[in-house]
Amino acid sequence: MKKSKVFWIYVAIALVVYAVVQFMISSGNFDMYYSNLFITIAINVILAVSLHLVIGITGQFSIGHAGFLAVGAYVSAIFTTNLGWPFPIALLMGAIAAAIAGLIVGIPTLRLKGDYLAIATLGFAEIIRIIFLNIDYVGGAAGMQVDYLTTWTYAFFVALITVVVISNFTNSRHGRACIAVREDEVAADSMGINTTYYKVLAFAIGSFFAGLAGGLFSHNFFIIQPSQFGFLKSFDILIYVVLGGLGSLSGSIIAAILLTVISLYLQDFPETRMIIYSLVLIIVMLYRPAGLMGTKEVTDLFKFGKKSKGGNVNE
Amino acid sequence: MSNLLLKVEDVGIHFGGLKAVSDLNMEMYQGELIGLIGPNGAGKTTSFNMLTGVYKPTEGVITFDGKKMNNMSPHQVTKSGVSRTFQNIRLFKELSVLDNVKVANHSLAHHSVFSSILRLPSHFSGEAKMERESIEFLKIFGLDKYMHELAKNLPYGMQRRLEIARALAAKPKLLLLDEPAAGMNPQETHDLMELIALIREKFDLTILLIEHDMGLVMGICERIYVLDHGQLIAHGSPEEIRHNPKVIEAYLGEEVAE
Repeated sequence: MKKSKVFWIYVAIALVVYAVVQFMISSGNFDMYYSNLFITIAINVILAVSLHLVIGITGQFSIGHAGFLAVGAYVSAIFTTNLGWPFPIALLMGAIAAAIAGLIVGIPTLRLKGDYLAIATLGFAEIIRIIFLNIDYVGGAAGMQVDYLTTWTYAFFVALITVVVISNFTNSRHGRACIAVREDEVAADSMGINTTYYKVLAFAIGSFFAGLAGGLFSHNFFIIQPSQFGFLKSFDILIYVVLGGLGSLSGSIIAAILLTVISLYLQDFPETRMIIYSLVLIIVMLYRPAGLMGTKEVTDLFKFGKKSKGGNVNE
Repeated sequence: MSNLLLKVEDVGIHFGGLKAVSDLNMEMYQGELIGLIGPNGAGKTTSFNMLTGVYKPTEGVITFDGKKMNNMSPHQVTKSGVSRTFQNIRLFKELSVLDNVKVANHSLAHHSVFSSILRLPSHFSGEAKMERESIEFLKIFGLDKYMHELAKNLPYGMQRRLEIARALAAKPKLLLLDEPAAGMNPQETHDLMELIALIREKFDLTILLIEHDMGLVMGICERIYVLDHGQLIAHGSPEEIRHNPKVIEAYLGEEVAE
């Protein structure tokens, strides 16, 4: 009972944020620069949260997330620009295509562990990028013209749905199964959990939402090019998750917002941009090695005294 | 006569050229408590791993409850009614004590991924049932006080108990305990013996136990199998095992000489 109340409070806060930003945009107080910032934040939150499910919850170290972003971006762009389908349906098609790509990549690679999985997913993401690079239908290296359709409303609500779905998934027996896989795969298997199923499922759900983010991403610029989906993009997303704290949903959201804002403001200092950005990362990792939030959620911070903390087991 | 639950026929496994276990023959009847002993490296844990699907036997047949188990993966074995604990504790350290048990309860729940994502009524009723049942198990083991602690923060003895609680939460017919008393002091071992007797009674379990603590094994097991160098060298009641010259030579010899 109590828990669902907390949930609705957070949804209400999110809706207020949405309304304020929407009002500022429609009243003309925010120009393109700011509305673009907020849309980018929403897209990055979707990416961070979807990768959080794969890395933070299921413990599968995938660093090829930009590949699924690319699938979503291109497929949805084809549906709107070349086929003239409505934007929401095109978004969904992009997400479904990305989820299918996730299944195709996930089924063979998820039997690998640790570094091997990381390298395999990185390789697959590059393959996806190079496939798009060589398809003339989507413009090859020159890129593809895309209609500008992404609005703050689309971006916000897709981000909200992503967070709610992934949080609901995590806080259920299915999410627990994924965490068990992360903690100890052999033990999880011996406790009756089909570890392959849950790894692939988490990977497919993560890819689905990365595909949604891709649809928003491609329709937020007038052109998309394969070079936008290189491994550096994958690392950007990875950094949100690691910096926020592996296993913390709110941590990855906070990190995504923070780093998006920082990197946008640093665009005014192109010479020192990457230096400052890197310094921020180094400082955070030095002082908070487990990430901004560790494994905690924002909701945990308001539960003082309810749970006894570790160390007093012997009373 | 109680019915045959587990039948192991000429089972063996080799890793490359190394024969870890060969010609293993065992029978377990419903309700029995059986010990599996042997010196270090005798193949006890390897045998456990074959029984639970972690390793696939390269020869022989394992039949559980009338079903052939050779090619099942561990989660299928667990679903068909065999659950285990680990020699080196393998709890889900970052999960709470309650969630550890809930994970084992997982395959007994039925609410789907969609019902959880959309928060349908079946999600809430399913999760509530899991919570209720898991707390029941924790109460039996006296761990309900600590249900919100992270598993890694429990003292060693309690982690061992939690492992057994977790294994039981999968509602097995056959429980495999891999050195449950390892690292325990005599008092804890004594409590553990009582606990094993209690759960066996309460859940109508059949138990197979690997243990180095001879007091525990001789005290509670009805029959004992002895492994040495991957071969079954003896089988019988604790009294027979105690006086079996092969066993004394392989294993108990040093203890008797002490």
